[in-house]
Amino acid sequence: MFTLKVFPIMRELTYAEAIREALSQAMEADPTVFTLGEDIGVYGGAFGVTGDLVHRFGTERVIDTPISELGMAGAAVGAALTGMKPVLELQFSDFVTLATEQIVNQAAKIRFMFGGKASVPLVIRMPGGSGTGAAAQHSQSLEAWFGHIPGLKVVQPSTPHDAKGLLLAAIDDPNPVLIFEHKLLYRMKGPVPEEAYREPIGKAAIRREGRDVTIVATSMMAIRSLAAAERLAAEGIDAEVIDLRTIRPMDTEAVLKSVRKTSRLMVVYEGVKTLGVGAEVSAAVAESDAFDFLDAPIVRLGGKDVPLPYNPILEKAAVPQEDEIVNAARRLVREGRV
Amino acid sequence: MTSATRLKDHAVSFSSSRTPNQRPEFAILSDEEIGESYRLMRLIRRFEERAEESYTRGLIHGTMHLSIGQEAVAVGIVGALKPHDTITSTHRGHGHSIAKGADPARMFAEFFGKSTGYCGGRGGSMHIADVEAGNLGANGIVGGGLPIAVGAGLSAKMRKSHQVCVCFFGDGASNEGAFHEALNMASIWKLPVVFVCENNKYGMSMDISRASAVPDIAKRAVAYAMPGITVDGNDLALTRATAVEAIERARRGEGPTLIECKTYRIRGHSKSDRNLYRTKEEIESWRAQCPIERFKAEALDLGRIDAKAFDDIDAGVEAEIESAIAFAIESPMPDPTRLTDDVYAESLPHHA
Repeated sequence: MFTLKVFPIMRELTYAEAIREALSQAMEADPTVFTLGEDIGVYGGAFGVTGDLVHRFGTERVIDTPISELGMAGAAVGAALTGMKPVLELQFSDFVTLATEQIVNQAAKIRFMFGGKASVPLVIRMPGGSGTGAAAQHSQSLEAWFGHIPGLKVVQPSTPHDAKGLLLAAIDDPNPVLIFEHKLLYRMKGPVPEEAYREPIGKAAIRREGRDVTIVATSMMAIRSLAAAERLAAEGIDAEVIDLRTIRPMDTEAVLKSVRKTSRLMVVYEGVKTLGVGAEVSAAVAESDAFDFLDAPIVRLGGKDVPLPYNPILEKAAVPQEDEIVNAARRLVREGRV
Repeated sequence: MTSATRLKDHAVSFSSSRTPNQRPEFAILSDEEIGESYRLMRLIRRFEERAEESYTRGLIHGTMHLSIGQEAVAVGIVGALKPHDTITSTHRGHGHSIAKGADPARMFAEFFGKSTGYCGGRGGSMHIADVEAGNLGANGIVGGGLPIAVGAGLSAKMRKSHQVCVCFFGDGASNEGAFHEALNMASIWKLPVVFVCENNKYGMSMDISRASAVPDIAKRAVAYAMPGITVDGNDLALTRATAVEAIERARRGEGPTLIECKTYRIRGHSKSDRNLYRTKEEIESWRAQCPIERFKAEALDLGRIDAKAFDDIDAGVEAEIESAIAFAIESPMPDPTRLTDDVYAESLPHHA
């Protein structure tokens, strides 16, 4: 005699749909939440994220802005400072360069600079990353720039589940939170609970447990690293994959704990390798007791030191691909260096 | 310390004019408003003079930007606001803060880097703010406050709070892209924002005639389909009357206005300025246009207020400044072990 346990099959949404559902639930629950950005109204957003929200919440809460990134970022800062919770969409994360003054000099510093007597509960969502042939001004991964700024939080969801849960957590957060979404992930499907749940900002996710090597990755690279880990498993290499999810604040404890177990560390990220996320993760290990557990040098796989090229062969060559991750991890485990 | 007395409804105060032959801008000021406007201008002037002196004596570390000669803009404009209205200010913003009701003692304390200052010693002269009281902050970035004011206006409109935001900026900021983006957005959305360009002739050393293709910044309002008015910024009654009209228009939901107040910065840009770009004669000619003396003389000529009353106000200001400095000197320094407090907020504060 045995009992058959029936688990309900969880509904699947795309990454873009999950973000839209989070926005919708936040706006339903709190009248101070609104969203603004370029072409997010009837157009539905350049990547279709806002979709039909304007028809449900009206043009006063789903606001099409002129092409004025600095102006809209400042408008979001001013609204956040005076009791609203704006969620700003920048059409491509590359355009954040035009809004950097308001984000870095204003939003990030207002609380501290004003002696802790104000806060800026602002969320900025923007798609980053390469792989769509959009070339050098529409494909960058600039998250590390902002990870360098005290006062900001920087989030990179890699699954539909996290895209929803981290956005809802960001909207609740009393600080400015920058969410770097990834263009290649918008159509990825995955299980997403229907209720309005939160994923904690600043907490990494262990996507796969393993004993031989720790692969710390972000965003699209977490997806590629997980696929690489499955191939490595077929060769008898057991990789642990940690998706950082947030680069500021960074969950270094999760990394250190894993390195103490596996004795090998690889960091995989799409942003330019030089002075990037990998340097911070590596230094966190080098500065800690986990360093004593290392059996091999730390390996960083990051974006090449070039602007993103247009040609698809060149574009692929500029950022870490699955084969590269597999090969590097294999050499690290088998030969002790890459 | 005293806080600024709030002005009464202007429509009511209109009837208080009792002297014939006054120009209408002056006639709408009540006696109470005349006294209070003078007191605030005097308070700003003496605050800055004593801050400068404290700097010279080595009591203040860092730099500061003085608005001596520009007091009528701050007091004229802010005096037309209601207490729950908001302002964004600039690096030359001591006057705006005091006009909005800031306590000179806590301002001095901030300049002296003390924990009792507005920012707990973390901001200094360039970052005086009191968000709860509607002062959304001075700003170290030229043009930084322009888009923030748009956000305050958008927020007021969405919350239906009937607040108006006055956005102060200088002639220098009018050449930042933020100026264009902010004025356009405020106009297309008909936001309750009044843009006040304090044209003091120089962006640091750059004469506005060399920096702007049009001599009057207000002319640029045409491009944003909003009223643009140039006024003598050293004439308190005129800046007040202009502000009253623009603020009422904004509060009625008819959108933003650009007011350009022509004025002059008597002191250098900052403490490093050696005045190499202008003549002594030019500075002296503007010193003769002192907004405080002009206002006082007009009120005396009209018999609206007597000399004794002005003397009493001066004495009150001196006493207030004296005790404010004493408070700042006696206040404790911040605790370095608390350095990283408030980089992040733990929870949302209650918003007014």
